[in-house]
Amino acid sequence: MLEDKDRIFKNLYNDFGSDLNSAKERGDWIDTKNICSKGRDWIINEIKISELRGRGGAGFPTGLKWSFAPKEVGSRPHYLVINADESEPGTCKDRDILRFEPHKLIEGCLIASYAVNAHKCYIYIRGEYFNEGQKLQSAINEAYKSGLIGKNSADTGWDLDIFIHYGAGAYICGEETALLESIEGKKGQPRLKPPFPALVGLYGCPTIINNVETISVVPTILRRGGKWFSSLGRPKNTGSKIYCISGNVNNPCNVEEEMGIPLKVLIDKHAGGVVGGWDNLKAVIPGGSSMPLIPKDICETIKMDFDTLIENKSGLGTAGIVVINKDQDIIKCMARIARFYKHESCGQCTPCREGSGWMWRILERMAKGECSKDEVDMLLDVTKQIEGHTICAFGEGSSWPVQGLIRHFKKDILSRNNFNPLVKKDKNIPYLIDQHLLEK
Amino acid sequence: MLKIKVNDVDIDVEEGLTVLQACEQAGVEIPRFCYHEKLSIAGNCRMCLVEMEKSPKPIASCAMPVAEGMNIKTNTSKVEKARKGVMEFLLANHPLDCPVCDQGGECDLQDQSMYYGIDKSRFKENKRFVPEKYMGPLIKTQMTRCIHCTRCIRFATEVAGVSELGAIGRGEDMQITTYLEKSMQSEMSANVIDLCPVGALTSKPYVFEARPWELKKTETIDVMDAVGSNIRVDTFGWEVKRVLPRINEEINEEWISDKTRYACDGLKFQRIDNPYLKENGKFKKINWNKAYKIIVDKIKNTLPDKIAGFTGDLTNMETMYIVKEFFEKTIKSKNLETRSEDTYVNINNRENYLFNSKINGIENSDLIFLIGSNPRFEATILNSRIRKSFLKNNTKIISMGDVGNLNYPYDIIKNDLNTLDELLNEKSSIFDIFKNSKFPIFLIGQSFFKLKSADFFLNKIKKFLKKNDKINDKWNALNILSNNASTVGGYDLGIMNSDNGRNLILEKLKNNYFNLIILVGQDNLDFKKKNEFIIYIGSHGDKGANCADIVLPGSAYTEQDGYFTNLEGKIQKSFKASYPPGDAKEDWLIINELSELLKRKKLFEDKDKLVGSMINYLKINQKKNNFEQVFNENFTNEKIVVDPLDYYYSNVISRASKTMNECRNEKIKTKSNGTTG
Repeated sequence: MLEDKDRIFKNLYNDFGSDLNSAKERGDWIDTKNICSKGRDWIINEIKISELRGRGGAGFPTGLKWSFAPKEVGSRPHYLVINADESEPGTCKDRDILRFEPHKLIEGCLIASYAVNAHKCYIYIRGEYFNEGQKLQSAINEAYKSGLIGKNSADTGWDLDIFIHYGAGAYICGEETALLESIEGKKGQPRLKPPFPALVGLYGCPTIINNVETISVVPTILRRGGKWFSSLGRPKNTGSKIYCISGNVNNPCNVEEEMGIPLKVLIDKHAGGVVGGWDNLKAVIPGGSSMPLIPKDICETIKMDFDTLIENKSGLGTAGIVVINKDQDIIKCMARIARFYKHESCGQCTPCREGSGWMWRILERMAKGECSKDEVDMLLDVTKQIEGHTICAFGEGSSWPVQGLIRHFKKDILSRNNFNPLVKKDKNIPYLIDQHLLEK
Repeated sequence: MLKIKVNDVDIDVEEGLTVLQACEQAGVEIPRFCYHEKLSIAGNCRMCLVEMEKSPKPIASCAMPVAEGMNIKTNTSKVEKARKGVMEFLLANHPLDCPVCDQGGECDLQDQSMYYGIDKSRFKENKRFVPEKYMGPLIKTQMTRCIHCTRCIRFATEVAGVSELGAIGRGEDMQITTYLEKSMQSEMSANVIDLCPVGALTSKPYVFEARPWELKKTETIDVMDAVGSNIRVDTFGWEVKRVLPRINEEINEEWISDKTRYACDGLKFQRIDNPYLKENGKFKKINWNKAYKIIVDKIKNTLPDKIAGFTGDLTNMETMYIVKEFFEKTIKSKNLETRSEDTYVNINNRENYLFNSKINGIENSDLIFLIGSNPRFEATILNSRIRKSFLKNNTKIISMGDVGNLNYPYDIIKNDLNTLDELLNEKSSIFDIFKNSKFPIFLIGQSFFKLKSADFFLNKIKKFLKKNDKINDKWNALNILSNNASTVGGYDLGIMNSDNGRNLILEKLKNNYFNLIILVGQDNLDFKKKNEFIIYIGSHGDKGANCADIVLPGSAYTEQDGYFTNLEGKIQKSFKASYPPGDAKEDWLIINELSELLKRKKLFEDKDKLVGSMINYLKINQKKNNFEQVFNENFTNEKIVVDPLDYYYSNVISRASKTMNECRNEKIKTKSNGTTG
């Protein structure tokens, strides 16, 4: 359990106000000059010591990412881009940071920009977060007025301009290269990698892209030291993290907790328990809709951090925990998620474009009990054909939840869809492959 | 050189290649749909997945640059499974209409599904339907078949330079379309048909005409403009069904213009299939013997000086050469001309009428100066090279006068000769740009040579370029853009008679000086007929045949072997792909037979002798001295106005073509709506 003194986001529930003065009272913007004067190498090294991993879902070590940026600025400027296109279903942590802790983000932008030699910082906010964007904009205006950013930001001698760019409501624009395309005014479709954005990114210039939460924790880490941050959690899964708990719980909430906190504690202590009691739990999606779900027996003991969840064939992702209890039809839930991915696929590469719709249609039929036995294995095969064959990670994101469903709830599916392909006599199903055989 | 391993075989490859190219060098074929050598890399079909050591996922070989020590495997079960998976997805929503699809037999998807397809479908849902799109009179769409490889979009935006093609929607609802369902305003639009790996974009004029395996394929040369694009003519029986590009990196790369591709249906219409005699203003069928007899009588009864001959814009060099021999030896007349307009040319030196930088030299250029030329219509393929150069080197392009949209941005300077003179006197503000340019191109169009002071300026430009070291052993900045396929060949053969480079025979013709005129495929003369007796030898009933008194049926370019020299001076042979209709004969044969009747002796025994003699002539007469260089001492200021070229109507074949007519109407229609400018 995280103690109050170790809490980074003290205003996560807007108890103290989000304006600059309240933020300063909570400790933001103190000694920013001091931090920057210690130099880039110190900053990057301190982040490396803290073992901070990206909070956007993939969990890539932040210090390492920053060190990929060219050391010297060449002919092309560097950019820092903040990914606030938080569209993952079940996740709403960035939203509260944008609303209630904007100055943590802005200060983080300044330090990160300084560390990666960027004078321009773009914050890409999803279009639906209009109000949150306005809040952030007013915080940016405040910061400009107080000289915290702009020319000679906060007396650090570093010039920084921050621009907000609103998305237009596409999930895929949260993928970092698609986000860059979108900022450039193009259709939001992921780019091929390599080259990686750290070398060829926004407008062809070196670009570092980080999640809102990652950047927002940076000032506190530097103030309290990387060692402090790494003392929380367990090695390689350090620090604290905002968990978003939603679904069939009594008290859905965002809560900052230590990495590696047991899931059961998280649900029971912070979210008021599962609706209908712990025994009514069916499954939990631990990291936003793109992560495979875990069934109740794993939920009993599992600890919420990157590596433990990977060992259990799931992932921490964005730590958007969706609790599903036994009142829900689990197949229907997954069909709904598959529909979301079918709708949000960008359509650029084949497996995802054709596969996501296919998966959704099979799942819809499965939910109605109109599938034949063999189609369960076929569905798994389809997910395997998508996974790893696409340009971006959307392929995994759309196929993993389906894989999780089949892995843990194959019995449930089969009990509902337990008949042979040739069943027109038993059930009136329009989707028969070998319909012509029935005529005989 | 980098050392890599492909399927455990060590190979050395150049730096900067992709894994796919490296695999090809190692002799391993990789299936692909979206990848195309001439277009940017999209990497979206995912068919080219290969396994790379140390990479957990298979990689898209078309997009991955090779690196030292890579270990690529293309024959593992993992790779095969990945490709089969991708193929299954591609086929999932692809209709099973191969029997009624025009792409059948030459379809990439069909071919590759033979290797990677699964024999039965597991996709039980309803297939996706996509409404058809209107893309103009050339491209038939069946968008349900589209596999979203985006080759067409990349071609349109990169090579053709039009932004009309794009993708709307996302995910499985993504659709390729011209945004407002208007036709593609490009002279190269139909290349997307070749690029489309499936039957989504097929040829509208060729729809349901033939299957590829039924067609006889002849590799030949195009004559619609002076570029000399390499083409393949597909014939079914007598009929030319379609024209496709052949790869020639030096000339047309992989593209051909729409006129090259679709004017071929003009070979079926308006054809002259029989000799005709005009009696009382009406044409009457006669036989060859009678026609020859009338002509022989006419020639015998006319003074040689009163006989004139004109060769046409599509005439091959053999015909021009035998006509020249016929005029010089048989009827002893000097009045033979290949130009149809009063333009200046100095054929003493080949560089005076050639595109000296060569077409692929454009890619190295860093400055292009257009004088009296609209390359988009005069030489479409060459224009795409200029665009390529612009994209590659950010080449600066300056034009004298606004010549309209060329598909790349260019600076406009005043289009009068004073401006040009200023530059040549090194007084102009843009002189520095020329001076600093390493490989400039002075692209001079035919409209410039119509000016009265053309000779003065051609000389001055040459002096200017030589003085600034822009004409040297490595680079020749003087580039003349010829408009017609036979122009350069005619100059090479010296088909003209003039002491100052102007078209004196045309002047005499306009003054009705001649009594007997022989038009060999010449349809573009502008004169008022009085009492002349006109003999027309040609393939199509057009302007020339209309004013003729006797018409002899000849052959078009697909119906006889013939040589053509393109605008850069490269001699290429076009081959016979089909037969001339009716009683029509090959052009050279008609002249040869006439000569036999006049002098009781054939000019040449057979075609080989003719070709041999012609090649010999070309070798000997590299420099011709039929007139002294006479240059005006001064010039009067004139405006350089680029003649509007009716692109779809520029020669007899395209004027007879239904498809070209449709394209022309479409263009007029699109322009009149006021949004395209």
